[in-house]
Amino acid sequence: MTLELTQVPAGERRSHLHPRPRNRRRTENVRAAYVFLGPWLIGFLLLTAGPMVASLYLAFTDYNLFTAPQWVGLDNFTRLLDDPNYLQAWKVTGVYVLVGTPLKLAAALAVALLLNATVRGAGFYRSAFYLPSLVGASVSIAIVWKALFMDEGPVDVLQQFLGRPAGGWVGDPDMSMRMLILLTMWQFGGPMVIFLAGLKQVPKELYEAAAVDGAGPVRKFLAITVPMLSPVIFFNLLLETINAFQIFASAFIISGGTGGPAGSTLFYTLYLYLRGFRDFQMGYAAAMAWILTLVIALITVLFFRTSRFWVHYAGDEGR
Amino acid sequence: MTTAATTTRTLVHRQRRARTVGFHAVVLVVLAVILYPVAWMVLSTFKPSAEIGGDASLLPTAVTFDNYTKVLGGVGGVSFWTFFQNSVLLAVLSVIGTVASSALAAYAFARIQFPGRGVYFAVMIGTLLLPFHVVIIPQYIMFNNAGLVDTYIPLLIGKYLAADAFFVFLMVQFMRGLPPELDEAARVDGAGHYRTFWSIMLPLLKPAIVTSAIFSFIWTWNDFLGPLLYLKNPELYTLPIALRLFVDQTSSADYGAQMAMAVLALVPVVLFFLIFQRYLVEGVATQGLKG
Repeated sequence: MTLELTQVPAGERRSHLHPRPRNRRRTENVRAAYVFLGPWLIGFLLLTAGPMVASLYLAFTDYNLFTAPQWVGLDNFTRLLDDPNYLQAWKVTGVYVLVGTPLKLAAALAVALLLNATVRGAGFYRSAFYLPSLVGASVSIAIVWKALFMDEGPVDVLQQFLGRPAGGWVGDPDMSMRMLILLTMWQFGGPMVIFLAGLKQVPKELYEAAAVDGAGPVRKFLAITVPMLSPVIFFNLLLETINAFQIFASAFIISGGTGGPAGSTLFYTLYLYLRGFRDFQMGYAAAMAWILTLVIALITVLFFRTSRFWVHYAGDEGR
Repeated sequence: MTTAATTTRTLVHRQRRARTVGFHAVVLVVLAVILYPVAWMVLSTFKPSAEIGGDASLLPTAVTFDNYTKVLGGVGGVSFWTFFQNSVLLAVLSVIGTVASSALAAYAFARIQFPGRGVYFAVMIGTLLLPFHVVIIPQYIMFNNAGLVDTYIPLLIGKYLAADAFFVFLMVQFMRGLPPELDEAARVDGAGHYRTFWSIMLPLLKPAIVTSAIFSFIWTWNDFLGPLLYLKNPELYTLPIALRLFVDQTSSADYGAQMAMAVLALVPVVLFFLIFQRYLVEGVATQGLKG
């Protein structure tokens, strides 16, 4: 803009200084836009874009926070591939995302269908089921969860009563992951509320027409509910998958900050934290962070690319 | 819906009644399973520690307040109320920053025509999906070099710069639902964007502001990773990391006291939930649908 101004002849410059009303409105808009957007823009540059570039650089260095970063090329990445703990972290996170997320969403959809079928009390139940989503990721609930599944805890007592082998889940590498999957399932209320809102939008006439055609409940569910709900399923699946990658506090508290027993709860974020802030291997941790970002970006792209094959948007609102 | 004759009407009525009862029975069983951990947590804090293990029952045989007196005695030489005050201070300051900066950004996205808006909006949505962990390493280095570790600034600065895109998005969606005639009329009458935002938009935005404020409060209150990274001095600890310190310091058998502190740390969240549950649940519902 300024470059343009200096190049125009003096006679024409006046018209730029006294723009027509429409132009003035436009300039005023742009100025106001940047004032309103200012804090967000500064935040984006200072807290997101800048750090992301910095962490890309750090990923190729050896940096312990106290001496200057040393360029090491691809060293961090080749070391990651040989790091058994890193591979364990992927395994743990992968199982949690692939098993925990579908189970949580299935529970959310099942209860949403149940609540949608009713007239009375749905509002109360909806709120009550939502409560765990609000507190589930907190340190408080992680402590309770640990106590629930401890040796001689309520779950153990129940198992003893049923004559099953006991000893608690907390110290058992085969059971600790199930504890955390149950914890995420317990928080089904968030996606359930979104499913319920989606179910309300499905036109009743569709079900009536299907009933006239003699369709049973299973047929109605598969031919009407699932396609009509697919945008909401898409939204929930994407957000819950991304969230699942970021589990931290629960695993930290339940394993006492170690990822144990036997690495069974060594989640990606927990291992990243330990490498960065226990061992001060900032370069190594930055490489881990970038790989996680790329994987999540890839999954997001994959979700959107495949969405046109299974997500049905209502005709007039198609995107 | 029923077009049946009066003789069959009572039968249909009875069937529907049976279905309703069956439905409530199923939902109540699910509810009992879901709420058991919370009920067990609260009631266990009134049991002597020795009684918590080996027993799945809810009610204590003899009520004791020992667990609570132990917690209120403080952790690591710091009073419980210090942690509580720290948490309140941080949460309140976060709410103010989040609401103000998000409302400003949302107005630009929803109501101002300017070149590049689409790109900025896409970037904002992109940060919504970005894992927080990508930036923690460089952010920590930055704040460490600036000498800001062990202050609340690293935990607060993002709130004042609309860094949590969830709230910006929530408010954009809400503003898009408001009739554009209202602020267009104000603009025609000569009000600038600042006037329009302050006098027209902000009052209308109240429901979205309440929802954002509650979520912001609860998320800040529960936040663990941020305080874990940036707060080293126990005098500055918030409840979640004080709780972690308490767990590390007490013997693992003392679940009674640990859970008593866990309960106290959740009291404000549950209170907010009880008072504002409509706003919270509606906020989640609209967020998902319009997304």
